[in-house]
Amino acid sequence: MPANGVPTKITQGSQTKGGIGESTLRPDGTLKVTGEFAYSSDMWHEDMLWGQILRSTVAHAEIVSIDTSQALALPGVYAVMTYDDLPTEVKNYGLEIQDTPVLAHGKVRHHGEPVAIVAADHPETARRAAAKIHVEYRELPVITDEASAVAPDALLVHEGRDDHHAGHVPHPNVVHRQPIVRGDAAAAARRADAVVTGEYTFGMQDQAFLGPESGLAVPEEDGGVHLYIATQWLHSDLRQIAPVLGLPEDKVRMTLAGVGGAFGGREDLSMQIHACLLALRTGKPVKIVYNRFESFFGHVHRHPAKLYYEHGATKDGKLTHIKCRIVLDGGAYASASPAVVGNAASLSVGPYVVDDVDIEAIALYTNNPPCGAMRGFGAVQACFAYEAQMDKLAKKLGMDPVELRRLNAMEQGTIMPTGQPVDSPAPVAELLRRVKAMPMPPERQWESSEGADVRQLPGGLSNTTHGEGVVRGVGYAVGIKNVGFSEGFDDYSTARVRMEVVAGEPVATVHTAMAEVGQGGVTVHAQIARTELGVTQVTIHPADTQVGSAGSTSASRQTYVTGGAVKNACELVREKVLEIGRRRFGSHHPAWATAELLLEGGKVVTDAGEVLADLVDVLEGEAVEIEREWRHRPTEAFDLRTGQGNGHVQYSFAAHRAVVEVDTELGLVKVIELACAQDVGKALNPLSVVGQIQGGTTQGLGVAVMEEIIVDPKTAKVRNPSFTDYLIPTILDTPTIPVDVLELADEHAPYGLRGIGEAPTLSSTPAVLAAIRAATGLELDRTPVRPEHLTGTA
Amino acid sequence: MRVNFTVNGRPQEADDVWEGESLLYVLRERLGLPGSKNACEQGECGSCTVRLDGVPVCSCLVAAGQVEGREVVTVEGLADHAKQRAEGGCANGACGTSLDEAKAWQAKGTDSQTGEGTELSPIQQAFIDAGAVQCGFCTPGLLVAADEMLERTPNPTDADIREALSGNLCRCTGYEKIMDAVRLAAARQSEGV
Repeated sequence: MPANGVPTKITQGSQTKGGIGESTLRPDGTLKVTGEFAYSSDMWHEDMLWGQILRSTVAHAEIVSIDTSQALALPGVYAVMTYDDLPTEVKNYGLEIQDTPVLAHGKVRHHGEPVAIVAADHPETARRAAAKIHVEYRELPVITDEASAVAPDALLVHEGRDDHHAGHVPHPNVVHRQPIVRGDAAAAARRADAVVTGEYTFGMQDQAFLGPESGLAVPEEDGGVHLYIATQWLHSDLRQIAPVLGLPEDKVRMTLAGVGGAFGGREDLSMQIHACLLALRTGKPVKIVYNRFESFFGHVHRHPAKLYYEHGATKDGKLTHIKCRIVLDGGAYASASPAVVGNAASLSVGPYVVDDVDIEAIALYTNNPPCGAMRGFGAVQACFAYEAQMDKLAKKLGMDPVELRRLNAMEQGTIMPTGQPVDSPAPVAELLRRVKAMPMPPERQWESSEGADVRQLPGGLSNTTHGEGVVRGVGYAVGIKNVGFSEGFDDYSTARVRMEVVAGEPVATVHTAMAEVGQGGVTVHAQIARTELGVTQVTIHPADTQVGSAGSTSASRQTYVTGGAVKNACELVREKVLEIGRRRFGSHHPAWATAELLLEGGKVVTDAGEVLADLVDVLEGEAVEIEREWRHRPTEAFDLRTGQGNGHVQYSFAAHRAVVEVDTELGLVKVIELACAQDVGKALNPLSVVGQIQGGTTQGLGVAVMEEIIVDPKTAKVRNPSFTDYLIPTILDTPTIPVDVLELADEHAPYGLRGIGEAPTLSSTPAVLAAIRAATGLELDRTPVRPEHLTGTA
Repeated sequence: MRVNFTVNGRPQEADDVWEGESLLYVLRERLGLPGSKNACEQGECGSCTVRLDGVPVCSCLVAAGQVEGREVVTVEGLADHAKQRAEGGCANGACGTSLDEAKAWQAKGTDSQTGEGTELSPIQQAFIDAGAVQCGFCTPGLLVAADEMLERTPNPTDADIREALSGNLCRCTGYEKIMDAVRLAAARQSEGV
């Protein structure tokens, strides 16, 4: 296998400084380190009001009455709105299924559902007013799991469903079901020399982006509204907001405000419609900023899941079959559940060759918090389970777990359970080899000349051990994630690129609606423009809805799709610039007609390096501007009975090795190192690529040993909506994360690149779990693992 | 109530402050200094870290009245932005971030000629150079905390850095580039660069 692949003709061939492949620095870096970058919660407007949302205190209830009179009477309160005040017949929204009420109508379906909204001149006044709204509830039994959802007498979370999944689901409390049947798993099982089964539990993870949901809605003179907002997809928000307001889309202007992280949690609307409603009602700008408590209620989470697996293999370690059933808890509203089901099903066997499979994935409607998109999107839960199974199988066969994986690793040409051939590099075995070959951290790394440094030990500064009872374990895992929106979705992006002379220098302006959420898309767009247009000065226009949709900053897709759109628009601009050049200067030099021409260093040059003209002279006073939509290869829906179909755009692979040390007496875990090897196709910005891999790895670590939203199974109420009780990794919890980046080009993708943001979040978790199993000898069939699971006190 | 205190070396007066307001709220909403961030408002994440009479504190946990007569340094004060603020169209210093200013900031995020013309502290420059900034929401608090640590401990070990920054949550980076940035700033500091 080649260590590196370079597709032919990936760029126009010029070498402009600051182009792709360089670790150029963020264009927003200075603003972000000086505190000047304007996040959505930093927006301010003269005469601005503050909005507040009243949320349900119970999970499932009929609303008997709502009395807003005391709230309205409070000085400083400008408006109080409930369902009855919604201006049009459109009162619901949703990404795919419009089942989510803007404000509760007669019923609440989960803890923290929005019931009423308030606008006041001070945030505390708004909070106090909301507290004075009296809502009388008549509580209903709660549906919290599969058994209660499909029980014969189960209440329906949504009555009278008419969405496009309603017809094929086994029960109205099942949002969507996707089976995948390929080969004959039952027959293949008879060939198996070893069979292992497992039942796994994946806890509810929160995106926990640090910038809370927030935005500013400013009413405009034409009766419209301008929303400054932190989101992952401006045009998707717009499509959902405008009908509820009763405004045409061109009267709802959207500008991306600074986004403090996303990780899937901003795919759904949060306060967007509420702020617009209050602004239009009061005629004043309205700002809404969630605090952390509200943020835990204000966005969807990662689906918790139950996963049932059976793996079989011959005695020499070849997989015979896999059967699995994945039950995802979608909570009260659909959000992205149907797509998460499709992902979980289609990626459920992992990056392995297995011809005979019997797979089913479903998402439930329950009264638990709504779940939807989070980094890894259905593939994370499956990876946790199938990698636990691979370790279990290796143990039963008496094989090395990495060797078993390499023996069954998929490669280019492997057929997925969906029947889709993997038609670009799939270096699964190579990634495992690389991650295993990395040097190991030294044993007893906590020892220093002054004795044990407790900061390096489980328990840390709690000073619970100086090494006594501490056992090391090492674990491996590898995963597969799809890139881009799947199952036939028209997953396009749009870019507008302009080239002109400003102050005597050629300048390119790139305008897209791409949501920069921290990933560095803006950095990469400028690099692409430099490479394709041969200029050094690139201006990134703020993202808004004055340009066509860029699609979502999700699914590891933006560098591929909006990057692809920027590249395409740049190429068209380049052609036009060369046309102008030929018109103006064609008669001066024959090369204009005969040679391959490039734009480099602000000049038109031949591929032999001869300078034909300065771009400044070519453009003179003229500006060249092109806006174009760009699409990757189309995908197909999965067959609803067999799951067959070329459903995915591209696959992305990462492998991890975790080294942990466990205080076996107290059940405390310290992850010492989490090494990662990932194929990125082409690293457009190596510094950012490594940053994505390390960040994704850390979120996987979080859900391995600490992160879980606890929902009371009796009441469906959230017990830990705060950073005091929902713990994410600190710098003390996070180990060193050495990264080995492999670049095997995908010839179907721009520059050969591969979407990279999510794959590292998959394999990180099972690698840590495997390491803890290795250290403790325990089975550990759930994540996160807490001390009580390691000490037998759960 | 009225609160008088010093922010980044400048005397400030905030009027009509409700007694329940935090220092963070007064900085962000009344003094036009939104650099200190409001990620949790419960003292868990460190995004609002400022120095109060030199000591790093979560400004969300400090009642505004407590800072009467005291000195506060925010991320804005880590380098000299006083001039820009004075020209920012907020004559009395008693308003928040105006939308026009906010838009201007956004629009200024143009190309990658990062840092040109802006005076940055070594820790700020190191965060940019090392790739320690992604979404950037944790960055101001981390900068204030890291800057204070380097003041106390010019040559920190990795364990020192982790301990000093353990009160600052970051969700994007996995902290590796933050470690790199602090090591870089310490190295540049000791070399006198």
